[in-house]
Amino acid sequence: MKVKKGFYLLISIVILIASLMFSASVGAVKMPLKSIVDVIFGDGNSTDKMILLNLRFPRIIEAAFTGMGLSVAGTFFQGLLKNPMADPYVLGISSGAAFGASIAIVLGLGIFGLQFFAFAFALMTIYVVYILAKKGPYIKMQTMLLAGIAISAFMSSIISLMMLLNHDEMSQIVFWTMGGFSLISWSQIFYTVPIILIGCITLYVFSRDLNVIMTGEEIAEHLGIDTERVKKIILIVGSLITASSVSAGGIIGFVGLIVPHISRLIVGSDNRFLVPFSGIVGAAFLVFADTLARTVMAPVEIPVGIITAACGGPFFIYLLVKNKNKEVK
Amino acid sequence: MSIVNVKDLHFSYGMIQALKGVNFKIDDYKMVGILGSNGSGKTTLLKNISGYLKPSKGNVFIMGKSVYKMRAKDRAMLIGYVPQDMYFDFEFTSYDVVMMGRTPYLRRFQRETEKDASSVKEAMILTNTWDLKDRYVNELSGGQRQRVYIARALAQEPKILLLDEPISHLDVKYQIEVLSILKQLTAKKILVFAVLHDINLSSQFCDFILLMKDGEIISMGTPNEVITAENMKMAFSVDADVIRNPITDTPLIVLSKNKGMI
Ligand SMILES: Nc1ncnc2c1ncn2[C@@H]1O[C@H](COP(=O)(O)OP(=O)(O)OP(=O)(O)O)[C@@H](O)[C@H]1O
Ligand SMILES: [Mg+2]
Repeated sequence: MKVKKGFYLLISIVILIASLMFSASVGAVKMPLKSIVDVIFGDGNSTDKMILLNLRFPRIIEAAFTGMGLSVAGTFFQGLLKNPMADPYVLGISSGAAFGASIAIVLGLGIFGLQFFAFAFALMTIYVVYILAKKGPYIKMQTMLLAGIAISAFMSSIISLMMLLNHDEMSQIVFWTMGGFSLISWSQIFYTVPIILIGCITLYVFSRDLNVIMTGEEIAEHLGIDTERVKKIILIVGSLITASSVSAGGIIGFVGLIVPHISRLIVGSDNRFLVPFSGIVGAAFLVFADTLARTVMAPVEIPVGIITAACGGPFFIYLLVKNKNKEVK
Repeated sequence: MSIVNVKDLHFSYGMIQALKGVNFKIDDYKMVGILGSNGSGKTTLLKNISGYLKPSKGNVFIMGKSVYKMRAKDRAMLIGYVPQDMYFDFEFTSYDVVMMGRTPYLRRFQRETEKDASSVKEAMILTNTWDLKDRYVNELSGGQRQRVYIARALAQEPKILLLDEPISHLDVKYQIEVLSILKQLTAKKILVFAVLHDINLSSQFCDFILLMKDGEIISMGTPNEVITAENMKMAFSVDADVIRNPITDTPLIVLSKNKGMI
């Protein structure tokens, strides 16, 4: 059992590396493996260096960490909310970020202003949801879910209104909400990657606690786990990860939903394996999706959210059909 | 010193007073049955003893220490709890679930040791769940699942085991089997509290019975002392005849007077 899980982990790492290499090599200029390796080790000619170091690497790194962050956060949110439909956006983080981004776009604040607004509004939204769901020292997960849905609906309506009133910026807002990495440079990486990386490691530390909480909060409490504290940490850290990835890459749907699902089907629910596996698979998947986004219709760039949704939608239907058949049996 | 000493325990859920001054002491490792009608406060009492709920007034001392003052981990090494009903739709194997019982013994980054594995195996063999170890818990029958949860509580190696209706999902064979297992535990110096609805099985298996009604204990003592026609009338509002079980020589209730009651 353990050996098999270790094997899966190894496979996922191989897939990730393959995905990274593939992404680095394809594009307007084909890049052979040797040139990539040369550039990584400080050699290589200057054009190769320019293309890889300034254009492809930042993008790949951001996509990989975003994929990892969303998948890990999604795994934790699904477990914590005991809801297979949950994803990192379910508590309203994405609509908060979209709201912030829309304001920044309408005000013409430029890329950094936009990212800051998206980040700040994402966190503000989750805070409001949290306050709504807090009852004394306890957080009611079901209330949190409902509050998240309500706030999301409210924000979306305001965003629609803003788009209606600001026709010129509309396409920009739409483009941002569909997600993408075309604007990524090293400066985004410096502030998002540390948050995502530290966040994922922090969450991983609580994976055993989450296992127990998933079998029942009451029983977890009886096993000596301070469930309210663990829930709070997971919510805060998961929100930080999500907010920083959204602020840089926009709202990239389905990754945080389907990757945890597929991973759970493959390695089971034990978060000590599931979390790293899901993180690596998520990174590989989003890097691959982003590569498609910038190559299939080149030179036109497709928002990566469209690619992930195109993969995610059918998969979701597959899950539904599978569950339906399971119930019949 | 008493193993468990419950003093003047009061507990309310908002406006609903669920416990109105519960007092009792248990001095030996034995099997204690908690009986009473639906809503009489049995589950609430268990959760107060385990320290999960905090009383508005009163205290619970375990071997002289207040449960509410213990560290959560220390409490989890002392008290095992099997809740009334739980179901979750995640795929954890029975083995993994029982291993969760070792949580209080493990530091955050510590791997499970041989000791943990042997403790889990022992608990699973005792509860007859070792054959189910690789099966997913959400795909087990209610009775199999119940036994897995008992195994998890045993893996905690508690001195006090609290079970909320541990046999309500079980067929008659496993009812007897689980009660026998619980009874055996008392010889291993575990004090067992079980909320039960089957009065005759309680009479046969318990050493001591707490009979509850409306948040109070209305009678406590040996089955002989507690299971009387008068008490059954008081606690459950049924007319029962109490005869003697000729084989076990314990009180046996017969409800033949209540045929037309519905
Ligand atoms: N979470 C809760 N919130 C409000 N009231 C509650 C809650 N849990 C229990 N109660 C109330 O407290 C009283 C005692 O409930 P408790 O669950 O302890 O009864 P019980 O003896 O275990 O009943 P049963 O045999 O049905 O399990 C009941 O009146 C019940 O309605
Ligand atoms: Mg109950």
